[in-house]
Amino acid sequence: MSVLVYTESEEGKFKKVALEVASYAKAVASQMGTTVTAVTFNVSDASELGNYGVDKVLNIANTSEFNAKIYADALKQAAEKEDAKVVIVSSSADSKYLAPLLAVGLNAGYASNVIEAPVSTSSFTVKRTAFTNKAFNYTEINTDVKVVGVSSNSFGLVENSGSASVEDFVPSLIVSDTKVQSVDKASDKVSIADADIVVSGGRGLKGPENWGMIEELAEVLGAATACSKPVSDLGWRPHSEHVGQTGKPVASNLYIAIGISGAIQHLAGVNASKVKVVINTDPEAPFFKAADYGVVGDAFEVVPQLIEKLKEFKAQNA
Amino acid sequence: MKILVCISHVPDTTSKINFTEGDTKFDTNGVQFVINPNDEFGLTRAMWFKEKQGASIDVVNVGGPETEPTLRKALAIGADSAIRVNTAATDGFAVAKQLAKVVQDGGYDLVIAGRESIDYNGGMVPGMLAALTDANFVNNCIGLEVDGSNATATREIDGGKETVSTSLPLIIGGQKGLVEESDLRIPNMRGIMMARKKPLNVLDPVDTSTETSAVKFEKPAPKGAVKLVSPDNIDELVSLLHNEAKVI
Repeated sequence: MSVLVYTESEEGKFKKVALEVASYAKAVASQMGTTVTAVTFNVSDASELGNYGVDKVLNIANTSEFNAKIYADALKQAAEKEDAKVVIVSSSADSKYLAPLLAVGLNAGYASNVIEAPVSTSSFTVKRTAFTNKAFNYTEINTDVKVVGVSSNSFGLVENSGSASVEDFVPSLIVSDTKVQSVDKASDKVSIADADIVVSGGRGLKGPENWGMIEELAEVLGAATACSKPVSDLGWRPHSEHVGQTGKPVASNLYIAIGISGAIQHLAGVNASKVKVVINTDPEAPFFKAADYGVVGDAFEVVPQLIEKLKEFKAQNA
Repeated sequence: MKILVCISHVPDTTSKINFTEGDTKFDTNGVQFVINPNDEFGLTRAMWFKEKQGASIDVVNVGGPETEPTLRKALAIGADSAIRVNTAATDGFAVAKQLAKVVQDGGYDLVIAGRESIDYNGGMVPGMLAALTDANFVNNCIGLEVDGSNATATREIDGGKETVSTSLPLIIGGQKGLVEESDLRIPNMRGIMMARKKPLNVLDPVDTSTETSAVKFEKPAPKGAVKLVSPDNIDELVSLLHNEAKVI
């Protein structure tokens, strides 16, 4: 009756969220006095998971690329084999895709966007974000089996000096009518979901032609680029960069908002970020009330300086 | 093609969020309710299928009588008829079970729901509905075309997008991108008048258990004051981010 965790990988390498959910699973298993079993797909060396508290790995080899229906069913079979009462997934696009299917398969209650280890594992209660980060919500899961989706960059990575045994697991794979035709993914850019740092621009930048400095700042910091809703509505930047209540949520370590006034919907979407910096000409911009550090100044003067200073900093600390 | 659009009745995005009854209930006092934005993108895409491919559109909400103005708005935008399953929407799994009954009885080819509601952000109803009705499912959907019984859908993935081929019956977890923000429709007077005459059927709920329950709410702790750095002293900002915030 171990805790089961779905540890996602890409081209055989674990995603950062995989190590975070493994750390989370270990915390749950410790509370419940049991062990952690991870499920991986197409990973040749899963020993790294031992460093994050995983005791046993079930690797499913030779499966197709991600398919929510097929993967959810394979995870269900793994959960049944291990008699798992708690199944942990991440908040990646793929995990959020398959978690509801898995929950129905296991007849399990599912709580998403969970940010802390369970408050209690007897009456199983977790703290999650709700109202797009404007509030928290304690949810009790009443079913025998529980599915928990952990918010990215909330629990963090917790190293553990253990080792994981790895075995092959061969579920009976179901078929799906849904087939991938094409994938369009910028491999050289950091995605907003994975980024430790996000640099975001708003209407204060005056036009798409001025995004060069945003991209340069992001490059210096190894950051992802994002934008406010008006910017994506105006077509200055793609929708995939829109962060906020109706766009993507951001939970980075550092969020830098440039020329963004901070409408309530925008703040809700980025509030989970740990440190927020705002650069804006208007000292009355609502973002200053939500930020940790602020510069009242013209982005066109401040940002190039910031890029220079960061380059100097990087050179000194390289 | 018979389309069902699931409509969640949520507080307007500008709402201040407060709780009552010892932080166990959302305080609806002074709050304006709207169609969940993710659902509105789906409804607008459904209107495209209605106008270009002759589809019919039903809208459905699981909730009490207070949600009817939101359903009437969906009718004013252009849906043909509305269904309200008369029970409080407390748990995503229970909502999905109510909707599954509506989908099975109605024989819908395409069901469009928002990828999540902006209040509870559960993000589970469309996927659970697909599993319960054994339909195909595409989440985070930002593009959808239907040709006969085949569909092509684009979904957002972390750092990009993916296009899939699939078939009806199909359930969509939709979001912005299904249509553009500028394509959203504000109901006109004629639409509002017509919506009054369109059918709004109230159904009794099926029995469900409560898989999850929201036991308590909490608001984030108030934030400390912002630390201002002079635009002439950006060195200080870099130093604060490194030494104090420890994020670079």
